[in-house]
Amino acid sequence: MFGRLTIEALPFYSAIAATGAAMVVGGALLVAIVITWLKGWVYLWQEWLTSVDHKRIGAMYIILALIMLLRGFVDAIMMRAQQAMALNNGGYLPPEHFDQIFSSHGTIMIIFMAMPFMTGLLNIAVPLQIGTRDVAFPFLNSLSLWLAASGASLVMVSLVIGKFSTAGWTGYPPYSGIQYSPGVGVDYWIWALLISGVGSTLSGINFIVTILKRRAPGMTLMRMTPFVWTALCTSVLMAFAFPAITVACILLALDRLLGMHFFTNELGGNMMNYANVFWIWGHPEVYILILPAFGVFSEVVATFSRKRLFGYESLVYATAAIAILSFTVWLHHFFTMGSSANVNAFFGVTTMVIAVPTGVKVFNWLLTMYRGRITFHPSMLWTVGFIATFVIGGMTGVLLAVPPVDFLMHNTTFLVAHFHNMIIPGVLFGYLAGYMYWFPKAFGFKMNEPWGTAAFWFWIVGFYLAFMPLYVLGMMGMPRRMEQYNDPSWQPWLVAASMGAVLIMIGIACLIMQVIVSIRDRKKNLDVTGDPYDGRTLEWATSSPPPPYNFAVLPEIRDREALLDMKERGVAYTPPARYHDIEIPKNSPAGVIMGGLSFVFGFAMVWWIWWLAILCGLAMWATMIWRSSDDETDFVLTAAEVERLERARYRELEAARS
Amino acid sequence: MNANVTAVPGHPHSEAAEIHAQRELGFWLYLMGDAIIFALLFMTYGIMVGNTAGGPAGRQLFSLNNAALETALLLISSTTFGFASLSSRAGNRSAVMGWLAITFLLGAGFVFLEIREFLGMIRIGAGPDRSGFLSAFFTLVGTHGTHVSVGLIWILILCAQVAIKGLSLPVTSRLFRLGLFWHFLDIAWVGIFSVVYLPGLL
Repeated sequence: MFGRLTIEALPFYSAIAATGAAMVVGGALLVAIVITWLKGWVYLWQEWLTSVDHKRIGAMYIILALIMLLRGFVDAIMMRAQQAMALNNGGYLPPEHFDQIFSSHGTIMIIFMAMPFMTGLLNIAVPLQIGTRDVAFPFLNSLSLWLAASGASLVMVSLVIGKFSTAGWTGYPPYSGIQYSPGVGVDYWIWALLISGVGSTLSGINFIVTILKRRAPGMTLMRMTPFVWTALCTSVLMAFAFPAITVACILLALDRLLGMHFFTNELGGNMMNYANVFWIWGHPEVYILILPAFGVFSEVVATFSRKRLFGYESLVYATAAIAILSFTVWLHHFFTMGSSANVNAFFGVTTMVIAVPTGVKVFNWLLTMYRGRITFHPSMLWTVGFIATFVIGGMTGVLLAVPPVDFLMHNTTFLVAHFHNMIIPGVLFGYLAGYMYWFPKAFGFKMNEPWGTAAFWFWIVGFYLAFMPLYVLGMMGMPRRMEQYNDPSWQPWLVAASMGAVLIMIGIACLIMQVIVSIRDRKKNLDVTGDPYDGRTLEWATSSPPPPYNFAVLPEIRDREALLDMKERGVAYTPPARYHDIEIPKNSPAGVIMGGLSFVFGFAMVWWIWWLAILCGLAMWATMIWRSSDDETDFVLTAAEVERLERARYRELEAARS
Repeated sequence: MNANVTAVPGHPHSEAAEIHAQRELGFWLYLMGDAIIFALLFMTYGIMVGNTAGGPAGRQLFSLNNAALETALLLISSTTFGFASLSSRAGNRSAVMGWLAITFLLGAGFVFLEIREFLGMIRIGAGPDRSGFLSAFFTLVGTHGTHVSVGLIWILILCAQVAIKGLSLPVTSRLFRLGLFWHFLDIAWVGIFSVVYLPGLL
C-alpha cells in the first residue's frame, strides 16, 4: 500500500535530524496559521497562486529562492561548524548526516535557490524592458513556477520523511546506483531535479519566444537592454541544456528502478557516460546562472553611474560568445577521468578561451563607471564588490583549466573555493543587486538602503573570510567533503572559514531586517513615479507596481536606452490620445494543480507507491488536456477601465512632481 | 467552410494568427530540445552497443522484417497526416477526421509491433536489465515508442476537438503543431532504423 514507506522513515533516530524536521514542519505550520489568521487563503489563491501575471510569478519565484537560500545556508554553516571542530574526533555530525548536508546544500543552492531567483528576475524585468504585456505563454510560466516549487518541496520533505542523497549534488554513479545507495535519498534528488528541470526547459522556451516575438515596435535586437540580451542567451541555454540533465536523471532512475545497466559496475555499464551527460548540462548551467547576473550588473552600473553602458555591442557579442562556448568545455569537470592528453588539452584551451569574453565584460563595467557620477545604492555596492571578487575567482578558474594543475587540485577545497568564488559574487551578488534594484518596480515602494548596505559588507567580508582559507587548504592538499581529519595544520584555516560563515549569517540577518524595515516604512518610501532612480530603460516608464497590462499603449522605441530617449524628446509620461481594449490572460488554477500533482507523483516514485504515481500521472494528463482544450483563456479590459486606471496614475505622477 | 481557416498558421495576418505563430516557434524550440534528448540517447546507444556482457547482441534479436514493417507503417502514417493537414487547409472537416483516424490506426499498428518485439525479447531473457547494450536499446527505442503513444493520444484529443469545435483557428493551429510532432517522430525513427536495426543486422 505505501511502498517502502514505513514509520521508520521519520527522523527520530537523531536529535539533529529531528530538529531539522521540526523546523520544516513548524515553519510550514506557522505560515499556514498566519495566513489563516489573516483570512488570506482566498486572496492568496485568487491573486497569487493561480496568477499567470509575469510580475506576480516573478515575485513568487524570488520568495521561493529566498526561502531556499535560508535552508541552503543552514546546511553551509553546519558543514563549516563540523569541519571547524572535527580534528581527530567525530565532531557533532555523523558521516551519513554530513554527507546528506553537503549533497542538499549544493542541490538547493544551484537548483532551488539560484534557478528560481534567476527566473524570477527574468519574469519581473524582461517583459517590462521589451515593452510587452506578458510573456508569450503566461500559463506555461505559471506551470514552470509550480514545477520548481514542487521540486523544492520534495527536497524539503526529505528532511522530514526519509533521508536525502549522500551522493553530492552531482550524484555520480556507481555510488548513486541502487547497489551502493539503496535508500530513498538519491531518488529524492532525482525526482526533485527532473520535475524542476522540466519547468526550467519550459521557462527557457517561453523567454526565447517572448524576447524574439514580442518586443515593442521599434525595438530591434540591438536596442534590447543588456539584461534582455543575457536573458535571451540564458533562455537558449536553458532550452537546450536542461534536456541533458533530464536524460542523465532518467537513465539513473532506470538503473535504480528497473535494474538497467547504464552506469553500473557490471553487465556492461559505463559510469563515465553519466559524467559526460551530466556536465553537458552542468557546465552550461553555470552560465545559465551567471549571464543574467551579468545583465543585472550592466543595468545597475549604467543607472548608478549615470552613463550609457560602455561598449554595448562588445558586451552583447561577449554574452553570445560565452553562451556558445559554454557547450564546449564540459570535460574540464573530469580531466582526471583518463582521456588522452590531447582531449584534455582541447578542453583546457576552450576553458581558458571563455575567460576572454568574460574579461571584456569586466572592462565594459569598469569603463562605464570611469568618470561617471556614481551613487552607491546597495545594488551598486554588490556590483563593485562583484567585479573585484569575481576577477580573483576567474583567475583561479584559469589555473584549474590547466589539466596538469587540475590533476593536483582536483577534488580539493581549492576547487570548492574557486566555484564559490564564481557563484557567490557572480551569481548571488548579481541577483541580490537585481532584487534590490527592481524591488520598487515589483512592489511600489523602495527598499531600505542602510540595511542593504550592511548586508553587503557582512556578505563580502564574510565571503573572503570563509573562502580564501579554502584556497590555502586546497594547496595544502585538503580534499573536499571531509567529515573529519587528522591534520592539525588545517584546523586554524577551517576555524577562520567558519567565522566567515558567521559573518555571512549576519549578512543574511541584515537581508531579513531589510525586508521587515522596508515593509514597515513602505508608506514613507512609496515609488509614485515608477522611476525611482531616474532610470534609462523601459521598465521605469510604467507605474510601480505596473498595471496588469504593463503599458496602456505599447511604446515606440527609438533608442537602446528607451526611457532616457523619451525623456530627452519630452514624450515620456505623456498620456496617449486614446485608449484601447486590452486582452489579458485569465488566472488559471491548472498550474498550481499540476505542480501539486507532480509533487505527489515525485513522492510516490521515491517511495515506490506505484498506484499513487499512476493516479497522479493520469490526473496530470487530465489537467493538461482540459487546459489545452480551453480556447477562452483571455478576458478583455475595456478601454474605459484602462483609462480610469491610467488617469489615476497620471494624477499621482503630477502630485508627486508639484 | 469555416471563415477562420483563411488565417492559416504560419501565415500570420491578424493578431490572433500572431499568437499562434508564437506558439509555433515555441513548439519548434520544444522539438529541438526533444531532439537533444534523442541525440543523447543515440550517443549512449553508440557507446554501449558493444557492451553485451555475454548476452545476446542485435544480430540475434532484431528482425529486419519487423523493423521494415514498422518503418512502413510510420512513414505511411506521416503521409496520411500530411493529407489531414491538407484537408484542414481546405476546410474539409470530415476528411480531416478520416485521415486522422487512418493515421491513428497506422501509429497504433507501429506501437503494437514494437510492444510485441519488446515482449518477445524480454521472454527470451533479453530484457533491459540483461546488459548495458539492451538497457540502451530499450531506452532509445522505447523513448521513441512513448512519443508515438503520446502522439496517438494527442490525435484522439484533436479528433474530438475537430468534431466538437470544428476547424477554428486554435484547433487548426494545434493540428499544425501535432503535425510537426508526428513528422519529427518519423525523422527520429529513420535515425533509429539506420543506427540501431541496420548496423545491428548487416
